[in-house]
Amino acid sequence: MKLIILEHYSQASEWAAKYIRNRIIQFNPGPDKYFTLGLPTGSTPLGCYQKLIEYYKNGDLSFKYVKTFNMDEYVGLPRAHPESYHSFMWNNFFKHIDIHPENTHILDGNAADLQAECDAFEEKIKAAGGIELFVGGIGPDGHIAFNEPGSSLVSRTRVKTLAMDTILANARFFDGDLAKVPTMALTVGVGTVMDAREVMILITGAHKAFALYKAIEEGVNHMWTVSAFQQHPCTVFVCDEDATLELKVKTVKYFKGLMLVHNKLVDPLYSIKEKEREKSQSSKKPYSD
Amino acid sequence: MRGGQGTAGARVLRFTNCRILRGGALLREDLWVRGGRVLDPEKLFFEERRVADELRDCGGCILAPGFIDVQINGGFGVDFSQAADDVGSGVDLVAQRILAHGVTAFCPTLVTSPPEVYQKVLPQIPVKPGGPHGAGVLGVHLEGPFISREKRGAHPEDHLRSFEARAFQDVLATYGPLDNVCMVTLAPELSRSPEVIRALTARGIRVSLGHSVADLRAAEEAVQSGATFITHLFNAMLPFHHRDPGIVGLLTSDRLPPGHHIFYGMISDGIHTNPAALRIAHRAHPQGLVLVTDAVPALGLGNGRHTLGQQEVEVDGLTAYVAGTRTLCGSISPMDVCVRHFLQASGCNLESALEAASLHPAQLLGLEKHKGTLDFGADAVILYKSHPTPVSWPALDARGVRVPHWRPHPSPWLRHRLCGAG
Repeated sequence: MKLIILEHYSQASEWAAKYIRNRIIQFNPGPDKYFTLGLPTGSTPLGCYQKLIEYYKNGDLSFKYVKTFNMDEYVGLPRAHPESYHSFMWNNFFKHIDIHPENTHILDGNAADLQAECDAFEEKIKAAGGIELFVGGIGPDGHIAFNEPGSSLVSRTRVKTLAMDTILANARFFDGDLAKVPTMALTVGVGTVMDAREVMILITGAHKAFALYKAIEEGVNHMWTVSAFQQHPCTVFVCDEDATLELKVKTVKYFKGLMLVHNKLVDPLYSIKEKEREKSQSSKKPYSD
Repeated sequence: MRGGQGTAGARVLRFTNCRILRGGALLREDLWVRGGRVLDPEKLFFEERRVADELRDCGGCILAPGFIDVQINGGFGVDFSQAADDVGSGVDLVAQRILAHGVTAFCPTLVTSPPEVYQKVLPQIPVKPGGPHGAGVLGVHLEGPFISREKRGAHPEDHLRSFEARAFQDVLATYGPLDNVCMVTLAPELSRSPEVIRALTARGIRVSLGHSVADLRAAEEAVQSGATFITHLFNAMLPFHHRDPGIVGLLTSDRLPPGHHIFYGMISDGIHTNPAALRIAHRAHPQGLVLVTDAVPALGLGNGRHTLGQQEVEVDGLTAYVAGTRTLCGSISPMDVCVRHFLQASGCNLESALEAASLHPAQLLGLEKHKGTLDFGADAVILYKSHPTPVSWPALDARGVRVPHWRPHPSPWLRHRLCGAG
């Protein structure tokens, strides 16, 4: 496990975005080889999305050969509702980048047969060759996607009833009216995310500090579903200082000491201008678009 | 086809690197168009799983809905009130020429004329959609002859009429069939006006109050009967008086039907209305302000004598008088100049100035779902304006595939006149 500790939210977001950028570029995706990316919604990843958009606009990154799979979607909320995760992804990411709509996958919370929709989603992930990098956030109760406390740690994509804490926290997006907050969601399972070759979890803010502590300093526990990733071979937790408030000084110091090493992961691979020059000189493209 | 998503098979255009006027704000958003309509790209993405067929870089310019002029008497030598046999071609000429001033839809306006003129001219001006060939015709605006003698302004006294005897039957006898009419300006103090107003509005015709000596009470009664507009506020009506504010008082009246608000035309050419008066109206009731040109046939012609209705007018610079008098008889400032002047004189933001020439007239005519807006499903009739240096407002018609005016307008005088706007 890697724990990346940055000063503030904005640095954490940028680090995460650079990591995603480098992973996509190193993968060298193309028409026969798509990079599969799992994506979260919510306020935590917003800064990361903004950075990715910036890299796309600068010409450093293309999503032409990227397939995305979103973690979750509310049940029964119209797709065009401003709080739907479809709307979120469109407004905060998809409309700004060059991804093809055919390559984006978001669960349909209005499907006639919800479990069939979930099963089909698992099949689509499988057909795409599994997820290369799953990016996630967590709730203050340590839920990953909508895998609320008590969810099975080997769960697959399914319908899930939201915990009261989650409904209360979401009320602010629905005019503060509890009656308007969806109470069910479709969500990938903990097992679905565990199957990804790599997992990156963003945790920022003091209100998530206890969840981060539960995630990495305590044992694996289905009451803190994010703790399952202690058993994943390749997990990166990216957090800000505030999120480390409940951690041991020893833990924080250890991982901070490793930042010199970890920061190499987000070094620029090459300047895009150099890449262009390279391209014009040889047919071998480091990153084809 | 009036579908929110346009014709499914047609090409999708995406205008990018621009700011668009939507919901009263200039947003950094791309504008998507298909089959001549503004498209909801999110729906396209998630439901049709399609991307744009063509990307157009707007170079940072502003995209706005086309201007709508609800009061224009003619221009470029054409007088809509002349009982000619080829009024249609005159309307077409004006329709084509005003595109360059950003007007993409208009209401040809007939001033007070004898019945034979109405009956000859009206059938020749049908409602027509706009396009690259010219601005659309939304219906004729009949200004007079049922107006006040004292406040007739440039309207010929001999042809003024009343509907005292047979009310709406008199109106029909004067105008003939009203199929091509979308607005009538009348003086509400004329006897039996409430029933005439009700009869006109029942036919979907907007009633405007103007050329009138009505007090506020009569004006309010007219609004309660269905009137929704004031023709060139402050001009040809009683001056504002604090004990009886007259028609002007409608802007802040609390005796209008609930949920109803009044629109008012404003000739913002710097001549017809003092900037201070313009600001008073705008600050009192910004949502009702509709910019109109009230342009006369001399628009675009230059100094000299020209014909308006049954009269001669004299043009001097930006001013047009009844020949030999100092009576103003309409403006010769094109709409883009009016927008610029309004922006400067009122101190409002660019968004409000644009809406006063697009959204508000569309709302007045009940067309706001399709015109005067860039909301999804609206007609994709777009103006663009470079930024930050304002250059011009060429009309851009994004119907179908071809976008004929998609380039900065080449006319240097237009460029010059617009410098300094916003």
